[in-house]
Amino acid sequence: MAPSSPTPASPAAALAGRLRRDLFATPTDGLITLVLLGVIGGALTGLLRWAFGRADWAVIRLNSTLFAVGRYPLAQQWRLWLLLALFCGAAGLSWGLLRSQPRPDRQGRLWPPADRWACGLIVALALWTPWALELSASIQLRWAGLAALLLALRWLAGRLGQALSPRQGSWALRSLALLWPALYLIGMELISGGIGLARVPSSDWGGLLLTLLQASFAILLCFPLGVALALGRRSDLPLLRWGSVLYIEFVRGAPLITLLFLGQNILGFLLPGGLAPERVWRAAWVLTFFAAAYLAEAVRSGLAAVPKGQREAARSLGLGPLQTLRHVVLPQALRVALPVMVSQFISLLQDTTLLSLIGLLELLGTARAVMANPAFLGDYGEVYLTLAVLFWGCCTALGLGSRALEHRLDPRHTASAR
Amino acid sequence: MALPQTPAVIPWWRNRRLLPWLLQAAVALVVLLVVAFLLGNLIRNLTAAGLLLTWRWLGQPAGFNIGESTIPFDAALPYWRALLAGLANTLRAVVCGLIGATLLGTMAGMANFSSNGLLRGLVRGYVEVVRNIPLLLQLVFWYFVVFLALPNGAAALQLPGLTLAKSGLYLAGFGPGWEWAGPTLVNGVWQAPLRLSVEFGALLCGLVVYSGAYIAEVVRAGIAAVPEGQWEAASSLGLGWLASVRHVVLPQALRVIVPGLNTQYISLAKNSSLAVAVGYPDLYAVAETTLNQTGRAVEMVILLLAAYLVLDLLISAVMNGLNRLVQIRER
Repeated sequence: MAPSSPTPASPAAALAGRLRRDLFATPTDGLITLVLLGVIGGALTGLLRWAFGRADWAVIRLNSTLFAVGRYPLAQQWRLWLLLALFCGAAGLSWGLLRSQPRPDRQGRLWPPADRWACGLIVALALWTPWALELSASIQLRWAGLAALLLALRWLAGRLGQALSPRQGSWALRSLALLWPALYLIGMELISGGIGLARVPSSDWGGLLLTLLQASFAILLCFPLGVALALGRRSDLPLLRWGSVLYIEFVRGAPLITLLFLGQNILGFLLPGGLAPERVWRAAWVLTFFAAAYLAEAVRSGLAAVPKGQREAARSLGLGPLQTLRHVVLPQALRVALPVMVSQFISLLQDTTLLSLIGLLELLGTARAVMANPAFLGDYGEVYLTLAVLFWGCCTALGLGSRALEHRLDPRHTASAR
Repeated sequence: MALPQTPAVIPWWRNRRLLPWLLQAAVALVVLLVVAFLLGNLIRNLTAAGLLLTWRWLGQPAGFNIGESTIPFDAALPYWRALLAGLANTLRAVVCGLIGATLLGTMAGMANFSSNGLLRGLVRGYVEVVRNIPLLLQLVFWYFVVFLALPNGAAALQLPGLTLAKSGLYLAGFGPGWEWAGPTLVNGVWQAPLRLSVEFGALLCGLVVYSGAYIAEVVRAGIAAVPEGQWEAASSLGLGWLASVRHVVLPQALRVIVPGLNTQYISLAKNSSLAVAVGYPDLYAVAETTLNQTGRAVEMVILLLAAYLVLDLLISAVMNGLNRLVQIRER
């Protein structure tokens, strides 16, 4: 327990006191602190000296398009820009509407402090990244435009949300839930073409585009599959239970790379000739089936956490088994399972790097291909560090988002604030 | 209130006793049909390609060499010996990785309870950074950025009893005549009783640092689960910090830690299959080469899945035994 000072000290004195307590409480602590400070300082100066001195960042600058979209045909890249604009618009709308809805702990403030920070970060990234990558003026302009679109729609939606009545507000939130799947379908059409647009074969997709496609496809489809498997595993029907157990344990027992190997080499034999999907889709399906087994375990723990009385109460209200599941059990189970599910999604995003081992050119595969080019031979540090920062940023953001959502869904918190 | 009259005969689609069986029968039928369809295709396609299931090719000479091997191997030996050598390499990496990750993870997990704020912050930072970067990226980072950048010859990095060079990691140990010997430079080439390849070194560092972060979280959770009063009781008995940990806290924390460790150990064993990215010839790498030479995809997948399944079960069995040892014995 931290001892509290009896008299309020000046901020500087309080800081000094805290530092002394945290870093130099005993001679041993002081020694550890000094040694650690030396090690951290040495490592930091070494890294900075390398990053601003010896490192040659041209490899990132000159290949930025390759890292972003792979070999996607130049003439068709406007489709990806359009998709990005739609995405920014939808994100701005959702953000603004969600924030403006009055909730017990926040009376629908338009710009809470956390959002101001997020806006600042978005503006800084949208201006700094294209400049640092020395992209052409027109592309810099597009980035700035995307950021402006996002923030403008967020502001508009926020204002609109404040003006709506509670009933209209809940209607707006419900239509948001339809907006995103629709956007996903439009996005797939924009990326792959087919109806009215020139086809871009999946072998030309690459870089960040392929990474995000694989991850989002697997996350979306593994969810219903995982919930079904978890319900199967907890079912009273022996056949369903044992089937689910067999599937979950088999998939969880094997390394992902052997399953990808199975997908690439065996799927062609399992389906009639010509029906086997392209390599990219084989990998996507393997990722989906793999993630479903892990997700099922997360959901199962959530289901186990729902008290038995909840089911009995639902029954006594006259709800049928399906209605009980849909309105009583699953909402509670998924809320409990949320943190674990998000960490499964984060590791799924990380697992997409394994596709580089079976020859697909997602981010890491693109990096390997770039460094096979004699012009960039030996630039491992620059490329791998950039990818590490990128993945770290995405995964940390997902983790923080999940923590915020968890806090928001926590019934104890909502109840006490009311 | 008048209840509607219950019909004398319940229609079959609302029969609570019949429905489960109908549902199960339908699921079983669908699964059987799908499996029959897939197996039929498999047999037809394999026959057409002349690759029907057989294990005779395992006896043919492999014809490729393995960069480093825990058991003796050369290209004239049959495929099954190559796969065995790969398995031995996997086992070596897994065993070394388990030991290293447990040591690092335990120290990092305990450091969370240090009175030194900087040390706590450093450990939190380590866990947050390592867990949010893909393992494969970390492995290639260790290999290409750290180990392949090591200098060679006299410029090699020298620590007491250990030399790090691009040509390998040289450790002090007992020489052929059981005398203690350190790494020595002979004609510009390092020699030592124990030489590890940089591929093995990179794989080991990657696995230890990655799994260490997860184990640190398991250990932290385990220690945090021990009530504060236990620490206070231990210190009121006059026990020092180390004695409190050793006799009071750790035995209780282990009950929470061991099941978590089991999960982490199994994922370390599975993650060792990423060795192929840094050129360490583990089971998966050898299997990939074998497939490229023989085209025996189905057999290779069966062997790989069986090998990793047995490895998982082995780790699980050992850890479950350990778990029984540390649980509270109730009367």
